[in-house]
Amino acid sequence: MRSCEPLLFKNRRAEGPVFLEGYRKNGGYQGLEKALRGMSPAGVREEVKASGLRGRGGAGFPTGVKWSFFPSDDAGEKYLVCNGDEMEPGTFKDRQLLLADPHHLLEGIIISCYALGIGTAYIFLRDAYRECAGNLERAIDEAAQAGLLGDDILGSGFSCEIHVHRSAGRYICGEETALLNSLEGLRPNPRSKPPFPAIKGLFGRPTALNNIETLANIPHIVTGGAAWYKSLALTEQGAGTKLYGLAGHLKTPCCVEAPIGMPLGELIRDFGGGVWKNRSFKACLPGGASTPYLTAEHLDVALDYEPLEQVGTRLGTGGVVVFDDRTCMVAATLNLLRFFARESCGWCTPCRDGLPLVCWLLERLERGEGTREDLTMLQEQLSHINGRSFCALALGAMGPVDGLLRHFTEEVEDHIRMGRCPLQD
Amino acid sequence: MATLLSEKQIAQLKRRVKETPHPREMVLDVLHAIQDANGWVSDEGVELAAIVLGLSSLQVEEIATFYDKIYRRPVGRKVIHVCDSICCWSRGSEAIMLRLQQLLAIAPGETTADGMFTLLPTCCLGACGEAPALRIGRTLYGGVEPEQLEAILDKERAEVES
Repeated sequence: MRSCEPLLFKNRRAEGPVFLEGYRKNGGYQGLEKALRGMSPAGVREEVKASGLRGRGGAGFPTGVKWSFFPSDDAGEKYLVCNGDEMEPGTFKDRQLLLADPHHLLEGIIISCYALGIGTAYIFLRDAYRECAGNLERAIDEAAQAGLLGDDILGSGFSCEIHVHRSAGRYICGEETALLNSLEGLRPNPRSKPPFPAIKGLFGRPTALNNIETLANIPHIVTGGAAWYKSLALTEQGAGTKLYGLAGHLKTPCCVEAPIGMPLGELIRDFGGGVWKNRSFKACLPGGASTPYLTAEHLDVALDYEPLEQVGTRLGTGGVVVFDDRTCMVAATLNLLRFFARESCGWCTPCRDGLPLVCWLLERLERGEGTREDLTMLQEQLSHINGRSFCALALGAMGPVDGLLRHFTEEVEDHIRMGRCPLQD
Repeated sequence: MATLLSEKQIAQLKRRVKETPHPREMVLDVLHAIQDANGWVSDEGVELAAIVLGLSSLQVEEIATFYDKIYRRPVGRKVIHVCDSICCWSRGSEAIMLRLQQLLAIAPGETTADGMFTLLPTCCLGACGEAPALRIGRTLYGGVEPEQLEAILDKERAEVES
């Protein structure tokens, strides 16, 4: 069984979170010391860019490139916002990270603020993670008392403060511009881009937005160097490790850290314990609810950004959700689309009205009332919704529909032909 | 209106509003405080939040009605949120929801006659590794079997009554 020396989960213990003492004992805040004492902000940014780290929140945009658009050297108020609105079904990695050691994220944020010339950071945390919010607030107090946060950190002259913002539900808040509105106390509809948040973000000021897991990688890149970090991946182009969620029809659902590029089948077998109840693998979402399905023919695919794009899907958040051979893929897709339709913020028509239409079509098909015309209409929604909505929510919502129509056409047609769900007895 | 929060709580919130450079950012904190004290946010609660924050009631209302974890209607002493997203669905959340409806004799969205429980579906709780999951008040229950629900409800009921 292949595994890796854990970076992000190095302090994960069954007995509960590790705080400052335990975190420092295990190498914690060495990355911050190295950055503040021996590296320039531009030097840190270069290292992150060279590491090949890509955003772990779902979109997978290279972090160093994203940072290169940020006006790091400009004077004036700038913000870092950590996106902790982890709400995509199948995704529970950031919660595991925060439950392991909240200082890990703090160190990543402080180094990132140093690199980007930022003095104020917000951690936007979803309502369900109240326990994590409490842990973070305790860690912030500890760090401030130890001189790791606040004014003149470690005598470097660099100052930084971190605030925890508790949200109150709604998936749309994970969309970065909706998140900014939410944080400002405005209704969380997405904003139009441009201007991008790096230029005009929170309170109208330049804002860097990164996911929890992304930021937690930063101390390791600083400590170990870009070349070492990149070499951790199993693929040529990949970089680092990834927190994978393993859920759905598995014997042992769990969240594990493994190298980027771990083959899908290996991860499912070695960490997920294989498919439950001695059933066989039918399909999976490779990276959360918005990523098109993979099937049994894809079990050898490397869980990395490019290889997954080549088979028509995405690494997303790394939340693998497995379906056994008794699962009706029309029913699974309907469940996913009901989530997205309910979580639409209602701002734009393709999303607000299009997703309920897709649900209606899937309901008809699942009940055995669907016709060929319904199937055609479902197919058409891919081009009617994709690329026409205000933000990426609707595009993500159509991911499972795209996967259904590409890989399970026969199963959908069986529903029409038989006038019932072929998987129900 | 003053009974929704104590004079002391209102003074504390007003002080924070005065000190923070962007007071509107606190709107959820104020709504959470009102909800924690009253179980839900009434029309008077929205008005109180507006006064504390120096906003119009409408500016507060458009926030209060947006978030599903801010309750704008009365709820029971404890709200049961049953996750119906994909991982929990794949491991039996529909059976959990049905069993709860039987045990409580209410439909989703309703509150039991004794005012103890409100039953609501919710999207993913971030407990996919422990599916099926549900949340009662602030307590997360993972790996729930329908047979365990009666005991879980008894425990939650006893907590309120004690």
